[in-house]
Amino acid sequence: MITETKNTLPKEICDFIDVCLTREHPESYLIAVLHKLQQQFGYLTREHMDEVAQRLHVPASFVSGVATFYHFFRLQPRGKFSISVCLGTACFVKGADKILDAFRAELGVDLAETTKDGLFSLDCTRCLGVCGLAPVVTINDKVYSQVTPQQVPDLINRAKADLETTETKV
Amino acid sequence: MTRYEEIAQRIQKDFQSQLKSNQIVIQIGSATCEKAAGSDLVREEFEKLVKATGRQDIRLKQTGCTGRCSREPIVGVFFPGQFPFKYEKVTVAKVQQIFEQHILGGKPVLNLILDKKTTKYYSHIVTLYPSNAPGFAEDKKWEDILVERLKAKHVDPETTRVFVGGNVNISNKVQGKQGVGMMIFPEKTLYHFASEAELDQIIQAHFVENKTCPELFAQIDSMTERFFSVYGDVAFFNKQTRLTLRNSGIIDPENMDEYIFNHGYEGLAKALAKNEPNFVIEEVLKSGLRGRGGAGYPTGRKWKDATTSPDPIKYTVCNADEGDPGAFMDRSALEGDPFSVIEGMTIAAFAVGAHQGYMYIRAEYPLAIERCEKAIAKARAAGFLGKNILGSGFDYDIEIRLGAGAFVCGEETALMRSIEGRRGQPRIRPPYPTQGGLWGHPTVINNVETLANVPVIMVYGADFFARIGTEKSKGTKVFALAGKINNTGLVEVPMGTTLREIIFDIGGGIPGGRSLKGIQTGGPSGGTIPASAVDTPVDYDSLTQAGSIMGSGGMIILDDSDCMVATAKFFLEFTQDESCGKCVPCREGTLRMLEILTRITDGHGSLEDITKLERLGKLIQKTSLCGLGQTAPNPVLSVLKNFRAEFLEHITEKHCPTQRCPKLVRYEIDEEKCTGCTLCARRCPVPCISGTARKPHVIDQERCIKCGECFTVCKFDAVKKL
Ligand SMILES: Cc1cc2nc3c(=O)[nH]c(=O)nc-3n(C[C@H](O)[C@H](O)[C@H](O)COP(=O)(O)O)c2cc1C
Ligand code: SF4
Ligand code: SF4
Ligand code: SF4
Ligand code: FES
Repeated sequence: MITETKNTLPKEICDFIDVCLTREHPESYLIAVLHKLQQQFGYLTREHMDEVAQRLHVPASFVSGVATFYHFFRLQPRGKFSISVCLGTACFVKGADKILDAFRAELGVDLAETTKDGLFSLDCTRCLGVCGLAPVVTINDKVYSQVTPQQVPDLINRAKADLETTETKV
Repeated sequence: MTRYEEIAQRIQKDFQSQLKSNQIVIQIGSATCEKAAGSDLVREEFEKLVKATGRQDIRLKQTGCTGRCSREPIVGVFFPGQFPFKYEKVTVAKVQQIFEQHILGGKPVLNLILDKKTTKYYSHIVTLYPSNAPGFAEDKKWEDILVERLKAKHVDPETTRVFVGGNVNISNKVQGKQGVGMMIFPEKTLYHFASEAELDQIIQAHFVENKTCPELFAQIDSMTERFFSVYGDVAFFNKQTRLTLRNSGIIDPENMDEYIFNHGYEGLAKALAKNEPNFVIEEVLKSGLRGRGGAGYPTGRKWKDATTSPDPIKYTVCNADEGDPGAFMDRSALEGDPFSVIEGMTIAAFAVGAHQGYMYIRAEYPLAIERCEKAIAKARAAGFLGKNILGSGFDYDIEIRLGAGAFVCGEETALMRSIEGRRGQPRIRPPYPTQGGLWGHPTVINNVETLANVPVIMVYGADFFARIGTEKSKGTKVFALAGKINNTGLVEVPMGTTLREIIFDIGGGIPGGRSLKGIQTGGPSGGTIPASAVDTPVDYDSLTQAGSIMGSGGMIILDDSDCMVATAKFFLEFTQDESCGKCVPCREGTLRMLEILTRITDGHGSLEDITKLERLGKLIQKTSLCGLGQTAPNPVLSVLKNFRAEFLEHITEKHCPTQRCPKLVRYEIDEEKCTGCTLCARRCPVPCISGTARKPHVIDQERCIKCGECFTVCKFDAVKKL
């Protein structure tokens, strides 16, 4: 079945795929392409993945097979703030479960869910390599170390405040 | 002169003139951990202050992390010819103080010094490094002897301070003689003496006559010298032997010249100059280097295996997936000294005849990825990668490939599939990667730390390397110390060092007055060693004997408040979650084991469960397809073996002695303390608390769901958690 290529991918990503096609084993860059997509959009959409498949000359099932295999890839949209609580060993023994509970209670969502206002999603990760300063939480790209359950409301409020300042700037 | 010598000579000149210029260097840690601790703000503040003064002689410099996590951010202030001061836990407010008082005023802020060893400003600091050659250092208390001799020569103890470091055993061994190393700051003169007479000679010359005593200079290699001349006074560091972490916290990881200035690329140049791949393989074989990724396979043998194939296309891969959750050696190495890993890969490629390499880095390490990308680009631009490296005719290049959060991709066959862009599912071996790897071609896969050791072996020779460590485990090993330990961080020690030395001498022991309970090594594939075996030396065989494994270097310290059953369950949840699902024993077996463990921690365990766990565990070990499944039962089996009583208590008494398992605690009301305020009875969700107002209340244990609400709400401390 031949479907028409819908042009939904940003130009940089199309260009990157074109470069990959000139190299040996172009399909080996699939994971790199998906990383770029997720970086830009926060998650992978069906249309994007289908277009990647066509441009990279691999079956669509191959792309979705890879996207679903790796935990890092998300197939659902995330909140503006992606909160990730480290549940690696060092964080676990330093009480990461209590941090996670505090976020659950404060946001009213469970793991892999997003708040109704679309602001916060809650996830976990397995070690960011900052174990020496456990427990660790990331909010988008920022890493917070030695977090206590008491700090959780404050972290959330700070994120909200950041949002307000950036929005008033715009 | 070879091309490398030309480059090295130019850099030597540049750096020597930089060292001679009267610059004040402010060195700021820049790594994921440092940034998490706030080092970016610290840097910005310094930048602002320096700019405001308009001074040109103050230079800011970034380094990776030194591995002293719990004291970050760390800032070094280096005045030419003066003692190197390091500050800990620096904040923006402290930056202002350091800048005013030290940088501008010339007076160090003593109460902010790293590890607070220096509570005064000494004119001289002497650090002793007794050799660990048996019989010599222990013979005499050299510290006492030195203090007494200094006194006899009227050297003021108020101005000269003596410290004892650990063994910088490189210095002694390079020189090939037993004795004591002694570094005198701020001159950074390093002596080596083997008798009291020689010590007297040094004191006479250095302290009395204000000269030096060249005949007793220690011929320490500059690699070690640089590290110790900056950190030699800090107990945490000078008990370590830094080979793979030789540059971390010293050089700017983005500055290739500084890497070269510290012997960088000398190893590769040597290998290329010999133009004999076999020589490299023989050296690595002779060094005794074994893989640091977990399995401990001899690196030289792996390389040799790959050369037996006639296939002209070969690959080398650096495994930087660092899957053990709770380990960060590789992250720190890549962030702090990416060039040494890249050089190691290039030497490996030359040895086996590969022309393309891949660094497989986990996506959770964005800064490591960025540093490696920059380093590869710089190496390529300078002719250390690409076509005709250093004019030798040898071609090799490296690409970075990212992981995507799958633990199983650390397993070599899964990792190769992932590089090929596919789902990272392992396959049966043979063929081993060295015969049929990436796209069917011979592929050598090595861990980050393994590769970082390779340049050291090339520069100093196999014999040097083989002298460090034990008979079957050569060199050093980096451990990522975390959990219930005072000094969390990276520790690099010679193989054969005991766990006790790591945990108590370097790690500073257990915080909060608690006691050591267990040492978890090897992460989800490893086990927990009981405190009673704390004198076990760290080497591949001893750790296996103690019921765990060397693993990749994660070391999580557990204290008496940690529940062993919960910890075992934690790891099983992890491996269960990460099982790729390809084979039944791993997919279903770990699920069954997890169900049993959950039953036990919920208070429904029976004694049969122990036999079931043991039987299932052994079956999974034997029948799983890849290392993930084969090792998944280890954390549970090791706890069953080493902490059996605690396991039994969970089952027979339905009680968790550490109160870590919420369903296995009991809440009771203390009759004496209870005022009968009725609050708990009103809040209990069941409800199962009875009593009349102003009379002691009682909990119906049969119906209690252990929610802990009564414990939380009681204002009179009457509810006890048992
Ligand atoms: C489930 C599993 C995960 C692994 N994860 C890693 C890892 O994160 N890093 C690593 O270097 N080796 C890891 N290994 C070991 C590798 O398969 C391989 O043995 C190693 O990279 C070889 O390098 P070395 O000989 O230098 O140790 C893992 C093995 C298994 C079975
Ligand atoms: S042992 Fe586990 S991870 Fe390995 S192939 Fe089988 S199911 Fe996959
Ligand atoms: S809340 Fe405390 S004091 Fe009040 S009834 Fe309960 S146990 Fe007694
Ligand atoms: S622990 Fe919960 S259920 Fe049990 S007595 Fe207290 S409040 Fe009631
Ligand atoms: S365990 Fe949380 S950062 Fe490593």
